Amino acid sequence: MSRRPPTGTSLTRRALLQRTLLGAAALGLTGCDRLSENESVVRLLGSAETLNLRAQRLLAGRESLAVEYPASMISPVFRPNGTVDPQTALYRQLATNNFADWRLTVGGLVQTPLELSLDTLRALPSRTQITRHDCVEGWSAIGQWTGPVLGDILEQAGVHRSARYVVFHCMDQLDGAHDYYESIDMVEAFHPQTLLAHSLNGEPLPVGNGAPLRLRVERQLGYKMAKYLKGITLVEHFDDIQGGKGGYWEDRGYTWYAGI
Amino acid sequence: MSQHASDQNGTRRLRHRLPVRAWHWINLWCLIVLLLSGFQIFNAHPALYWGSASNFDAPWLEMYAMRGADGSVHGITALGPWQFTTTGFLGYSDESVRGFPAWATLPSYQFLSMGRIWHFFFAWLFAISGALFALYALFSGHFRRNFWLGTRDWRGLGRDILEHVKLRFNAHSGKYNSLQKLSYLSVVFLALPLMIVTGLCMSPTINAAAPWLLDLFGGRQSARSIHFITAFSLVLFAVVHVVMVLLSNPLRQLRGMITGRVPRSPSSSDQESSS
Repeated sequence: MSRRPPTGTSLTRRALLQRTLLGAAALGLTGCDRLSENESVVRLLGSAETLNLRAQRLLAGRESLAVEYPASMISPVFRPNGTVDPQTALYRQLATNNFADWRLTVGGLVQTPLELSLDTLRALPSRTQITRHDCVEGWSAIGQWTGPVLGDILEQAGVHRSARYVVFHCMDQLDGAHDYYESIDMVEAFHPQTLLAHSLNGEPLPVGNGAPLRLRVERQLGYKMAKYLKGITLVEHFDDIQGGKGGYWEDRGYTWYAGI
Repeated sequence: MSQHASDQNGTRRLRHRLPVRAWHWINLWCLIVLLLSGFQIFNAHPALYWGSASNFDAPWLEMYAMRGADGSVHGITALGPWQFTTTGFLGYSDESVRGFPAWATLPSYQFLSMGRIWHFFFAWLFAISGALFALYALFSGHFRRNFWLGTRDWRGLGRDILEHVKLRFNAHSGKYNSLQKLSYLSVVFLALPLMIVTGLCMSPTINAAAPWLLDLFGGRQSARSIHFITAFSLVLFAVVHVVMVLLSNPLRQLRGMITGRVPRSPSSSDQESSS
């Protein structure tokens, strides 16, 4: 047995106190972390999403437009995020001949299912808008987007009355296993600024930004704006699609309503 | 507090009415959760900009990690042209690259979607209770009675500053001094509403509903910066607030804010100051 240092008692007491305080702090932290993993707590906290949706719809209405910027404010580089170079076999194959064989399918609850080539989409009446893209992470970039208005294409297909959501199916897989997908409701789908963009800043969409076609939903955050589109389906609900939450990130904890 | 209603036995006096106390403690919890979940959200992109879009080459504030010549990793906080090594706190802590450290974020690990869920729930709680309190305070005369700055207050401002510099806080008779009035008024009518409005200004849907808000703050990234700076100023207020309470009979102050009533001090009936 070694002799105790003369200050042993006070050291021990201090160590004990420190341990207690550290323990309490750790307990507090893990407590909060545990709350974040508790399903009913998350559901309670998540109820604010409905409030956000209702309040914002009340304030913004159906028609209010996202701010459009002058060309001088376009970001020098439009920062790509999420998938920037899809590796799926389908995408690699379609990219080899510049998406000449690519088709956008429009199906589900519609009267006339559509299959649209890139040339067809480019030939449609289009809208060009310079808007700000807000990433859920916090940064923003400004770009000029060109493409047909989604509402026009939906009208061409003839949306069934029972349809409540438009689901966008993509060719990229962030986790190498699940296709990216997203969904919006009819209010955003028929908003005059909601586009299927084939061009960014006057050039065909670069691969990083979603070539050959991406969605623009200007009153929502970036993760709604699905890139590398291959199909659109109109549905009554999205319970049976992948995780059932209406989008790739929604299945992983993000709120379906992305207006804030 | 300066409401001179006393108990029947005359030994205790009403210091803070129920709505004041309720709002005070609701705010404490709201602001803690909002701050910690706010740091979680900030950590998803720990950089701040001025203007509408992010100029990624020139954030005015940025936290990141850098590998030194010897292979060790340093946390760096860049403020404009200045760089500070903040290893263990900002930029790099607990062997991971992150803006604010794990103990300052909710949840502790990187989890943006969860941080947002906490943030918005408590933002609603904070906004609703704040609006209710503002209505109460305006219509009950709480603000007019206790916080309105009269000529006497403005004239006494210099003296109050001097007294505070000397750490003497008990020189007033049961009323808030002019410095207190100014700081409480600026928190309630400036900082707290600014937090809500700049927060809303980061929402693309609100931007469509009220584009003039963007103009008011100079763009979305400016609004995000102001949101952060105002949060920082609220933390500063909270620190000063707690220090002032600790320096002026903390148990009595705490009791007043919990029960609403404090015993009359034996020396004089009306010598009180509160933080």
